[in-house]
Amino acid sequence: MLNLTDVYLRQDDFELRANLTIGDGRCVAVMGPSGAGKSTLLSILGGFQTLTSGRLTWHDADISDVPPSQRNVAMVFQDNNLFPHMTAFQNVGLGIAARLKLRKAEVDRVNTALDAVGLAGLGARRPSELSGGQQSRVALARLLVQRKPLILMDEPFSALGPAMRLEMADLARDIAERTSATLLMVSHDFKDVERIADDVIWVEAGVCLPPQPLSEFLASPPSGFTDYLG
Amino acid sequence: MAHRILAITTWPGLIVAGLVTFFSLGTLLSVGLRADGFSALDPFDWAAVRFTVVQAFWSAALSIAFAIPVARALARRKFWGRKALITLLGAPFILPVIVAILGLTAVFGRGGIFSQVLIWAGLEPISIYGFHGVLLAHVFFNLPLATRLLLQGWAAIPAEQFRLGETLNFSSHDSFYHIEWPMLRGLISGIFAIIFLICTTSFAVALTFGGGPKATTVELAIYQAFKFDFDIGKAALLASIQFVICGVAAVLSLWLHLPQAIMAGHDRVVQRFNISRVDIRMLDFLWITLATLFLLLPLSAIVIQGSQSFFLLPETVWLAAGRSLVTALGSAVLAIVFSLALALAALKFRWLEGVGMLSVAASPLVMGTGLFICVFPFIDPANVALLITALVNAVMSLPFVLRAIGPAVRATEARFGPLSDSLGLVGWARLRLVVLPRIRAPLGFSAGLAAALSMGDLGVVTLFARPDGATLPLQIYRLMGAYRMDQAAAAALLLLLLSLGLFYIFDRGGRANA
Repeated sequence: MLNLTDVYLRQDDFELRANLTIGDGRCVAVMGPSGAGKSTLLSILGGFQTLTSGRLTWHDADISDVPPSQRNVAMVFQDNNLFPHMTAFQNVGLGIAARLKLRKAEVDRVNTALDAVGLAGLGARRPSELSGGQQSRVALARLLVQRKPLILMDEPFSALGPAMRLEMADLARDIAERTSATLLMVSHDFKDVERIADDVIWVEAGVCLPPQPLSEFLASPPSGFTDYLG
Repeated sequence: MAHRILAITTWPGLIVAGLVTFFSLGTLLSVGLRADGFSALDPFDWAAVRFTVVQAFWSAALSIAFAIPVARALARRKFWGRKALITLLGAPFILPVIVAILGLTAVFGRGGIFSQVLIWAGLEPISIYGFHGVLLAHVFFNLPLATRLLLQGWAAIPAEQFRLGETLNFSSHDSFYHIEWPMLRGLISGIFAIIFLICTTSFAVALTFGGGPKATTVELAIYQAFKFDFDIGKAALLASIQFVICGVAAVLSLWLHLPQAIMAGHDRVVQRFNISRVDIRMLDFLWITLATLFLLLPLSAIVIQGSQSFFLLPETVWLAAGRSLVTALGSAVLAIVFSLALALAALKFRWLEGVGMLSVAASPLVMGTGLFICVFPFIDPANVALLITALVNAVMSLPFVLRAIGPAVRATEARFGPLSDSLGLVGWARLRLVVLPRIRAPLGFSAGLAAALSMGDLGVVTLFARPDGATLPLQIYRLMGAYRMDQAAAAALLLLLLSLGLFYIFDRGGRANA
């Protein structure tokens, strides 16, 4: 259970407020107009931004001041998710040991993860030798070996075409289920959201609304949502 | 962004910053403290101060004056060998001074080709010693630098401006005043300041071509005060004056606008219209030919003269080459470690990179003198001559090396910092797996630069070395002093090959399979 209690962040003239709880194992879409604060919400959860005030707890432990590397969080960014000078195998292996000194069993885990995302036999390739979709799969394979209970994705597949994006969204949800992780995904595409989300967090004008089940959200959407869909 | 900072500890950077500060300022202080009262400067010393400023002024002015037509011709002409010529323009930066001096002597000296031509035409041959020789050598080194910097200015002029000029029926003359001159006006002062700065620290050129009351730089006067008179008070006073001159020039060059990346490539030929007239074409090719000859003839002279007795070189030369190689490699390692530590710590404390640039204003001879005084009570300085040379060379190359490594480290952190943080990549693992692989190319370039600069350095080692402990440049200087010009040329060829080879290997190694 992830709790945001009176969370408030101020940065120059930008503000973000959140007071909400996210249940374990949920798949949550974060939606809202550009500049509303979706990415900032993820940065806060990932530990890249410190709160001006408020409290962040994970299973009742206060993590407000815990640095990113000590949080039980895995992140997928919009881009630069892979180190271009490392092979796919190494990029995934980083999820197990940052020093890349892997034991036999860990090597097997990396290979199993690559198999699971459909990249069997491509471990030796560098990102430049992989397609856009394959690069996303490498980042997803890393989530499998990281086994973190909270996965944060910030428009992870926005560079992909619509069909490929849906496929990746499915795979992401599948991975979250397999690792019994809670998944938060910022997305601009309502199709992706409909396909995988249990709940929706609506962010608008610096306020994050508590998560609502997708059906309820659609039954009585916030006023900004209809404008957003256009 | 509170958690993003302590990924790599900053203490190595702080230690290096302390070391650089000590080398740049502490050595000056130790020289000053050791002085038993400041003996007043005699007229000879004041002449040295005046000569330093005057020759630096004219060196910078002439280099730029010749560089403008050369750069203009290069910017608008396409010809076979253009790329090779632009690469050649980068060579003097890592060319050992002593090699250039031998080459220039072979071409412009009494027995050289140029003098032969003058005599044949019934004119007096020019003297390569004194003011003229110092200017000649400085223009040889800085004309290419100025040309490369100006070429970047030409490349930065939008092609639309020349197209617009064409629709307005500009002549070549109009294009110059409306389009090219405004660009030049912005660049010239900065280029002038950097060349002025380089020439004020001139030691090896003044040592060989200068000397005497009319052509002694402050650096040379420090050397003489220390080595011949052992007048530490005077050396300290001269060192302070040198520091002020360099400091003023350094502040000016940092303050004035200068294009980045001294060694960056520029291959674009700007599309031009009103330049097909025969006389303009002839003039452009005349400038290109003259510049090429000016650079190539001295180098060719070394290769031709040197190759004759290359395999007859005495053992002392090979031993000196070995010492130089060890020193150069040591200096490269030190420069890389220092700059990396500074650049990483500068992610947190931005001013640390400024500390690394301190040595721009410092004089290697002041550093050498200060270190001599510091180690003298404990060990014989001659025992650590190579170590001190490597250290001083590394510190002196920091301003150039940091310019390559600093931005690369910052870019890597900006791009991969968040991902590395989220993966828990910290400390040594972060350095080994993320930073070093990402900055391989500037790292290789920097190591090559530091190694080549140290390989060719004829400065601080002259203060320390024993007769049997010379580096290769010093050995060449001694051979010249003994009028063994064939051996000197052969040894210079060896030095040239080693310097360029070191640079090539490191630079190439950084870029391979990247």
